[in-house]
Amino acid sequence: MDLQAVVDSLPRYGEPLLTTIVVTVASAAFALVVAFALGLMTSSKHLAIRTPARAFVEFIRGSSAVVQLFWFAFAMPVLLGIQFDYLIAAGIIALGLNYGAYSSEVVRGAIAAVPKGQLEAATALNLTPLQKMRLVVLPQAWPEMIPSLCAFAIMLLKASALVSIIGVMDITALAGLIGSQAGQDRLVHYSVVLVMYFILAWLIWTGMRALERKAKRGLGVDVKPVKGRLAPEVAAGGVR
Amino acid sequence: MQNPTTDHPIIEFDRVNKSFGDLQVLNRLSFTVDPGERVTLIGPSGSGKTTILRLLMTLEHVTPTKDPAADGGVIRVGGQPLSHMEKGGRLVVANERHLRQVRRRIGMVFQSFNLFPNMRVLRNVTEAQVHTLGRSKDEAEAKARELLDVVGLSAKVDSYPSQLSGGQQQRVAIARALAMDPDILLLDEVTSALDPELVADVLGVLRDVADTTSITMLIVTHEMGFARDVSNRVMMFDRGVIVEEGAPDEIFSDPREARTQDFLRAVLAE
Ligand SMILES: Nc1ncnc2c1ncn2[C@@H]1O[C@H](COP(=O)(O)OP(=O)(O)OP(=O)(O)O)[C@@H](O)[C@H]1O
Ligand SMILES: [Mg+2]
Repeated sequence: MDLQAVVDSLPRYGEPLLTTIVVTVASAAFALVVAFALGLMTSSKHLAIRTPARAFVEFIRGSSAVVQLFWFAFAMPVLLGIQFDYLIAAGIIALGLNYGAYSSEVVRGAIAAVPKGQLEAATALNLTPLQKMRLVVLPQAWPEMIPSLCAFAIMLLKASALVSIIGVMDITALAGLIGSQAGQDRLVHYSVVLVMYFILAWLIWTGMRALERKAKRGLGVDVKPVKGRLAPEVAAGGVR
Repeated sequence: MQNPTTDHPIIEFDRVNKSFGDLQVLNRLSFTVDPGERVTLIGPSGSGKTTILRLLMTLEHVTPTKDPAADGGVIRVGGQPLSHMEKGGRLVVANERHLRQVRRRIGMVFQSFNLFPNMRVLRNVTEAQVHTLGRSKDEAEAKARELLDVVGLSAKVDSYPSQLSGGQQQRVAIARALAMDPDILLLDEVTSALDPELVADVLGVLRDVADTTSITMLIVTHEMGFARDVSNRVMMFDRGVIVEEGAPDEIFSDPREARTQDFLRAVLAE
């Protein structure tokens, strides 16, 4: 094994690393918007709002993320005549929709978990349904969502590797590319990428912990930081 | 604050039915309450006391009758239908918009406080004033501080509910309800969830409110001493009908009905 060759090639990871980060952050942001939209809709007491959202969630969850990725990258341009300038956009939309649909269950669950007494008190104060949601329900549901959303964000980071199969050069794609070149060791490059994913996951997790502590303080609860161990949901495995 | 049409009862139940599935909780229940009256509801568990308060707060809805004009089944507040609304000269079941109109006059304090944990004490008391009464933030804050002073919690305005004792939380909840200037205050076992040593403070606050305002009160409580001191009338319920009613002295000292006697004996033995 030529260690020098590996070290020399490390700078080439710069741009693909940025791509991985951009795909993850952008699709996470999109997923968050989708999750709240679908989560609020599936929480609605009106059938006409709930049903289409429910159907959409089930459709997305019931069809493969890989196929969705291919669909946005290659089928949509043909079928609908809409073409992204960059394939990366197709990746972001597919991943965002996918993880948004999954996370909408987290949003819906956290909303449903707000005690009924809170809504009754809000009714007794004559707040409108919208005010109840904005002032009472969401501020209480949000801290409860953070750990699960964090788990999904980390899964999303790992799933961002999928964009390599539609030809986007992220760190996974680059590891495969360089690894197959003469004088390079594929196994070492995949190991390098593994460490990169781990560091990124750790960053997400740390950020989310800080966010959670802040959110809990907004409920007057003092949370001590928990050392080690990722959120248990992460261990639950992939989404595809 | 006082009900302007004093010739009406402020609360009227006219042959009200309420069922949960097959369980009929209220059976053609009729009673009225005059403005400024303090009425205590007593009765065994499951007799429908909470249901009556929740119907008034519009947290539950009456089981509709076929023809409200003839068969009743209507709750009125200040002469206005609450469970129903007028539409084309007929009474139809109230919609959300109507309920928003009529429940403005009613406030409720719950057994489990139900303060908003995401808001500090002051904001718990100001938020609805601003959002539903349209008061300015300053106005709402002045009102909140005044009421928090009345309930003895001026020092806690910046605390979160999770940092308060149950008794303190309940006193904030009373301030929060009073901040809305209700004509009618509903109190459902407001001391039942409290440790015994905290009950007196909360009852003290309510005695104050009773002494210094003319708010109509409907009180469900097991605190018979408090009920005797504060209320003008006591209604004994069983299975959704009024078994007996009268002045507190009559009911507590000299109940006529065997069911009332049994109930009071059981409560006093606790
Ligand atoms: N949402 C509901 N669904 C089904 N049954 C209900 C519901 N709410 C109340 N009940 C039933 O209605 C009956 C009357 O209940 P309610 O809470 O009014 O009694 P209560 O007089 O307040 O009793 P307690 O002294 O125990 O508080 C009970 O049998 C109760 O189980
Ligand atoms: Mg009750």
